[in-house]
Amino acid sequence: MPELSYREAVRDALSSAMRADQDVFLMGEDIAEMGGSMGVTQGMLEEFGPERVRNTPISEMAIVGAGIGAAMQGMRPVVEIMYEDFLTLSLEQIVNQAAKHRYMSGGQLKVPLTVRTQGGAGWSPGAQHAQQLEAWLVHVPGLKVVFPSTPSDVRGLLWSSIYDDNPVVFFEHRTLYGLKEELPDELEPVPLGQARVHRAGEDVTVVATGRLVHEALGAAVEAEQEGVSVEVVDPRTLSPLDEAAIVGSVKKTSRCVVAHEAVTRMGFGAEVAAVVSHQAFDWLDAPVERVGARFTPIPFAPVMEEFVVPHHADVLEAIYRAVGRNGG
Amino acid sequence: MAKVEEKRGSRQPERLRDLYRQMLLIRRFEEKVEDRFRAGELPGFLHVAIGQEAVAVGVCSALEDGDVFASTHRAHGHTLARGTPPNAVMAELYGKREGCSGGYGGSMHLYDVERGNLGANAVVGGGLPAIVGAALSFKLRDEPHVAVAFFGDGATNIGTFHESLNLAELWQVPALFVCENNRWAESTPGAQHSPVWDDMSKRALAFDMRAIKVDGQDVEEVFTRTREALEHVRSGAGPVFLDVECERLVGHYVGDPQVYRPKGQQAELRETRDPVTLLRERLDLSDEDADEVDREVTEVVEASVEFAKTGTDPSPEDALNNVYA
Repeated sequence: MPELSYREAVRDALSSAMRADQDVFLMGEDIAEMGGSMGVTQGMLEEFGPERVRNTPISEMAIVGAGIGAAMQGMRPVVEIMYEDFLTLSLEQIVNQAAKHRYMSGGQLKVPLTVRTQGGAGWSPGAQHAQQLEAWLVHVPGLKVVFPSTPSDVRGLLWSSIYDDNPVVFFEHRTLYGLKEELPDELEPVPLGQARVHRAGEDVTVVATGRLVHEALGAAVEAEQEGVSVEVVDPRTLSPLDEAAIVGSVKKTSRCVVAHEAVTRMGFGAEVAAVVSHQAFDWLDAPVERVGARFTPIPFAPVMEEFVVPHHADVLEAIYRAVGRNGG
Repeated sequence: MAKVEEKRGSRQPERLRDLYRQMLLIRRFEEKVEDRFRAGELPGFLHVAIGQEAVAVGVCSALEDGDVFASTHRAHGHTLARGTPPNAVMAELYGKREGCSGGYGGSMHLYDVERGNLGANAVVGGGLPAIVGAALSFKLRDEPHVAVAFFGDGATNIGTFHESLNLAELWQVPALFVCENNRWAESTPGAQHSPVWDDMSKRALAFDMRAIKVDGQDVEEVFTRTREALEHVRSGAGPVFLDVECERLVGHYVGDPQVYRPKGQQAELRETRDPVTLLRERLDLSDEDADEVDREVTEVVEASVEFAKTGTDPSPEDALNNVYA
């Protein structure tokens, strides 16, 4: 059981797919000699060569679009967008092209493209290198959206994304790359659309994504010391969403907190809250609590950045609000 | 003059007559589409390419099986010229299941993947990057195909154009970029949208890409130049930019009052630059022969309307299919 970091787990999924299948190849900015701005593709140029680890110009529209074209011909390209902030540059291609070719063609085409990107605050990169934009993508029919929070999930879900016949936008979190976990030698695919219960609990369900899964797990330990039993559910795939797992958990606990790093307003958590309110209304003992970033761009100064994005204390407060503690 | 004579001498009359037939079919098809749209039978809105038939027919006739292309919002001609049955195109315009996109696409999203049509795109410049990617796949898999992007002069100002040409040349992929320069970006004339509107081949220079200038009203020239370009591309020598100067003898959309166009210009161009008339004159067709071709294609078009009208309406719930593979 080797110990792999989240970064190495991404690399392992890419390399495994590329060893198994000539149709899998990579495109992205600085991914060859440099190994990617986050070091994810380090060493892959040496193993697979420049035809399959393709360094690209700074052309987000063209590299995503080229991925679409190669995918329409039956290849399984993986495009890296260096920061999800730059995903905005390629949104026309993702939203109007990748997501719609199958539909507009009446089912003639498939676009098995994976677009990997990463982002997140916590290291003061400022407003254009730290956003969490997953909510923009889950709103688009035709796309699948994945946001893993652990090494085993990132490895297994990336494999499944590459072999899914639909376009997948695959979010990685900047601050999780160093996170380590013992993983089996053999890659175990994780199916898209299945949530993971990280921790069973009785009193409140926290539905968390990305970095906030770990913040929620930390908060759960503290809450337990106060006698509050917390269940932590990570949807892992945001679209399609495993509604059954979330609703099932809430029906057990009767309380729900949703937590993500992206801004709260109109965020992914709003959809989760709506699903829970609708499908588990009679089971709920409290309104669904939401945790997310404040409605500002991500500021630079560490003290402001820390204030804007949520941490485990914010999750903990939300848990206590949900169970009626702290004056509730 | 000598060169022209030589070209004429090497002409294949049968092939030219076939190109004439195809162009006239597209012309009659689009006239019928205008007519049925005005009669209120066709949903949505439409763009016809009357005046640009020689580009569609000249380029598509030069393609080989396995080549692919991406089209634009003005897509009927490209699609018909590549061999999609008029019935399937007309049925798509009527929103029927028998349509070439099953009623999911419409005029601006005609697809026929079996014939290499990877889709007409309603976002100007939206289809170019995928053509680079399709061409890249041909290169990586060592397949002898070419990927072709159709687009207009208006598209040369959008980022996808520049990013795509740059990437295609950089990676030496087998792509052909067909710029249909009709000197209109919707209602905006070339001089108002591009500093190189009267010589679009200059755009290719910036990417060190081979460019070929073509008279888009002359189907024979379009065919010959496309063949030349395709040979270059297929040999692995890199992409080519076809700068095709052509005339849009209609408005931007069906019903466009063209308040932006100088009075009389369109009528004059129809007199002097209509590619169908020009080819008919060159072929020296007798009135009898010309009428016969016309009758034949008109029948095909009429039959396509009949086919479309009697086609199957999708059920509302069909809208939920084909979102995911």
